[in-house]
Amino acid sequence: MKRLTNVLLIVLGTLPTLLFSFIAQAADGGGKEVSDLNLRRGVTEISGQVYDLHMLMFFICVAIAVVVFGVMFTSMYLHRKSRGVKPAHFHENVKVEIAWTVVPFLILVFMAIPAARTLIAMEDTSEPDMTVLVTGSQWKWHYKYMDGDVEYYSLLATQQEQITNRFAKSENYLLEVDRPLVIPTGQKVRFLITSEDVIHSWWVPDFAVKKDANPGFINEAWTKVEEPGVYRGQCAELCGKDHGYMPVVVIAKEPAEFNAWMTEQEEARRRAKEEEQRLLAMNMSMDELMAEGKRVYNSACAACHMPSGEGLPGVFPALKGSPMVLEDQLAHIDIVLNGKAGTAMQAFGKMLSLKEVAAVVTYERNAWGNNTGDIVQPKDVNAVVQGE
Amino acid sequence: MTHSTDTVTPGHTAAHDHDEHHDHHIPTGIKRWLFTTNHKDIGTLYLWFAFIMFLIGGAMAMVIRAELFQPGLQIVDPNFFNQMTTVHGLIMVFGAVMPAFTGLANWLVPMMIGAPDMALPRMNNWSFWILPGAFLILLASLFMEGGGPSFGWTFYAPLSTTYSGDSTALFVFSVHIMGASSIMGAINVIVTIFNMRAPGMTWMKMPLFVWTWLITAFLLIAVMPVLAGAVTMVLTDKFFGTSFFNAAGGGDPVMFQHIFWFFGHPEVYIMILPAFGIISQIVPTFSRKKLFGYASMVYATASIALLSFIVWAHHMFTTGMPVFAEMFFMFATMLISVPTGVKVFNWVATMWRGSMTFEVPMLFALAFIVLFTIGGLSGLMLAITPVDFQYHDTYFVVAHFHYVLVTGAIFSIMAAVYYWLPKWTGRMFDITLAKWHFWCSLISVNVLFFPMHFVGLAGMPRRIPDYALQFADFNKWISLGGFAFGLSQLIFLALLIKACRKQGEPVSAQVWEGAEGLEWEIPSPAPYHTFETPPVIK
Repeated sequence: MKRLTNVLLIVLGTLPTLLFSFIAQAADGGGKEVSDLNLRRGVTEISGQVYDLHMLMFFICVAIAVVVFGVMFTSMYLHRKSRGVKPAHFHENVKVEIAWTVVPFLILVFMAIPAARTLIAMEDTSEPDMTVLVTGSQWKWHYKYMDGDVEYYSLLATQQEQITNRFAKSENYLLEVDRPLVIPTGQKVRFLITSEDVIHSWWVPDFAVKKDANPGFINEAWTKVEEPGVYRGQCAELCGKDHGYMPVVVIAKEPAEFNAWMTEQEEARRRAKEEEQRLLAMNMSMDELMAEGKRVYNSACAACHMPSGEGLPGVFPALKGSPMVLEDQLAHIDIVLNGKAGTAMQAFGKMLSLKEVAAVVTYERNAWGNNTGDIVQPKDVNAVVQGE
Repeated sequence: MTHSTDTVTPGHTAAHDHDEHHDHHIPTGIKRWLFTTNHKDIGTLYLWFAFIMFLIGGAMAMVIRAELFQPGLQIVDPNFFNQMTTVHGLIMVFGAVMPAFTGLANWLVPMMIGAPDMALPRMNNWSFWILPGAFLILLASLFMEGGGPSFGWTFYAPLSTTYSGDSTALFVFSVHIMGASSIMGAINVIVTIFNMRAPGMTWMKMPLFVWTWLITAFLLIAVMPVLAGAVTMVLTDKFFGTSFFNAAGGGDPVMFQHIFWFFGHPEVYIMILPAFGIISQIVPTFSRKKLFGYASMVYATASIALLSFIVWAHHMFTTGMPVFAEMFFMFATMLISVPTGVKVFNWVATMWRGSMTFEVPMLFALAFIVLFTIGGLSGLMLAITPVDFQYHDTYFVVAHFHYVLVTGAIFSIMAAVYYWLPKWTGRMFDITLAKWHFWCSLISVNVLFFPMHFVGLAGMPRRIPDYALQFADFNKWISLGGFAFGLSQLIFLALLIKACRKQGEPVSAQVWEGAEGLEWEIPSPAPYHTFETPPVIK
């Protein structure tokens, strides 16, 4: 029994070391592929440096572990009472103490130098080729190209049915968005990162970029991607209920393709504005508003107010049976457009078009048994926007 | 009421006759425990309280692991999931680990330094009995409309202010009470150690457990008020319109993190320094050899404590600090591994050419050394700022701090309980059950936490109720390991109940062959009052 215990101890002691070497092996075969076991090398020069630093640190740690545990387990095997060993009497040695203070210190200096070099390179956001303003809010990202007239929100695209296990989960479950950020390859892209409500953190592992989005302050980060491709990440800072449902997707395109995409986006924005002006002059039907309203509600409102309109008691108010929704139409449009200060209710005026606001307000006033019969048209919303 | 002379202060010791206040004055039943000022009773209360909290916090971990068993939402909604992660963390830190160490300090510090009791016995009673109230408030908040705190145990503003529920007020109040309890406990430890050491017990003769607790107590007094300040500012920001952490009012949300981690990092050492002390008591006993490098152990502990005040921002590398600050905190953090390494090397040197046996406390101590070192090494990796950008807020961090806190702090507490339990009860615990407890815990805890390194490196963020498909296989294993680790603790519960019912073989005063120190010179079980006449240390 004693013997068995000893053997087991030794096996279990070496297990972590074996596991470490297992990752090391997996890491070697890793390359650009996404590994299940290890950090990825990523697609930028910086992310490569970070990966190399990680592996260097990892091997130093494994070496330290092998030496320390090696000595410890040798001692546990050799210096057992059951082998009839009599204890020695030494209990201090200044030289040894100095040695095992100084040697680790030197190892640290050896680690610190490349780490500092990479860090300085990572934080050098000067002379970018282009700049994107990244704004987090509960629970979506907003991208604004500072060098062009393009800006949009990027929301989780995974269907609710997949999350609740009613549909099979797709390949990029929780890592897909409706409108990814698009950046050109071979250019230094600077990100200005901020938030509208709580702290979020914008993270793309393949770029080794993770930076907190702090409300009221702007952080900087940068990347220069060489390979065209789709790169996926997630919000990394706990930001409330749907923190797990706030992915980041970035598409890197060749510069020519990127420019074509930008022109297309600017054109689309112009058309959308014209369309909006045209809409002001006409009335939409109830059916049309309700269908559009349901779509908008489920993507923009349901995370807090719930698809049933019942909210989360004590956290997010219900819209079903709410006095504001049943009675005060102007206040209702106003709160959707401008939000409510000091609460989680955001200003959706920036996110939704006049038509979408009109549709969603109509929907809220007629869904879940609210049945007010009210129809809100884009021009009614416009009147509130204009302050009439 | 307890007899007013139940507790003995140093001045009184000599003046009073032995029999005047001896065992026949112990009240029985609930009154004994409610009004007790006896350090052993209070130690027992703390330890049972900590164990109950460990089971409650563990049950919350089971909810978390059940939800994460596979991708998709199955059991709880995200809002409740966040409450579970938050309250699990708060309970384990403030309800399990810290009270367990305070309980051990209560039992052991007076016995180790030859004192009759703690210096401030009535405050001792008070500092324990406000704790159940604090945790009742915290747990009750889970049943409020909207649920309990859901912003993580780190309660970053403005998630915990503008965007939190009304239960925040209860959270703040309960943290205040926990803090008051910790501060009182720390004052008691310091006053006891400074004033009540037996004649001849000089500083450098004190057992390491006493040393590490003394340093821990100073850390507590230094940082618990900072935590109190942080929660108060959260309270006034949320309910009274101040803007400490609100940029719109001229405040700064990142300042919250600086304040929180100025408390939080020393707090990490509050939870590990007493563990170092315990291991430094156990390893020499079962190696039958004096602790190697006693003086360097003391200096290393003090260095770790001092350094712990200048590394806080390594929790905040991604918040966007100046590159100079990032480098300062990176280098300072790396530096901590030097004194920590010295400790591990000293333990190994203590074993070297000893005459080792592997009784249950030693098994836990050895597991501590190996697994804590793994946690320490991943900590060193986390110190490297550019790589931390990748690790930060992923399961790699979760793996790291659970290696340090579960297989570190909690394994050391279990080692301590097995080591001193025979002294407390006078009987040997059920060794077969204890071995089952050890091996089941050791295997399951590694199945639970080791794969977290992998999913973290592969990119899984922490604090999410649902995850992408490539993390599914490992999460299944992690959950299975979690359930097994949770169940293993029921073996411990059974063993402790048996031990408290006085089952088992009676033990000698020394209990363990190689044990040395004052606590092993008094009879087993330790009498209700010990060292009423101080021993003389040669």
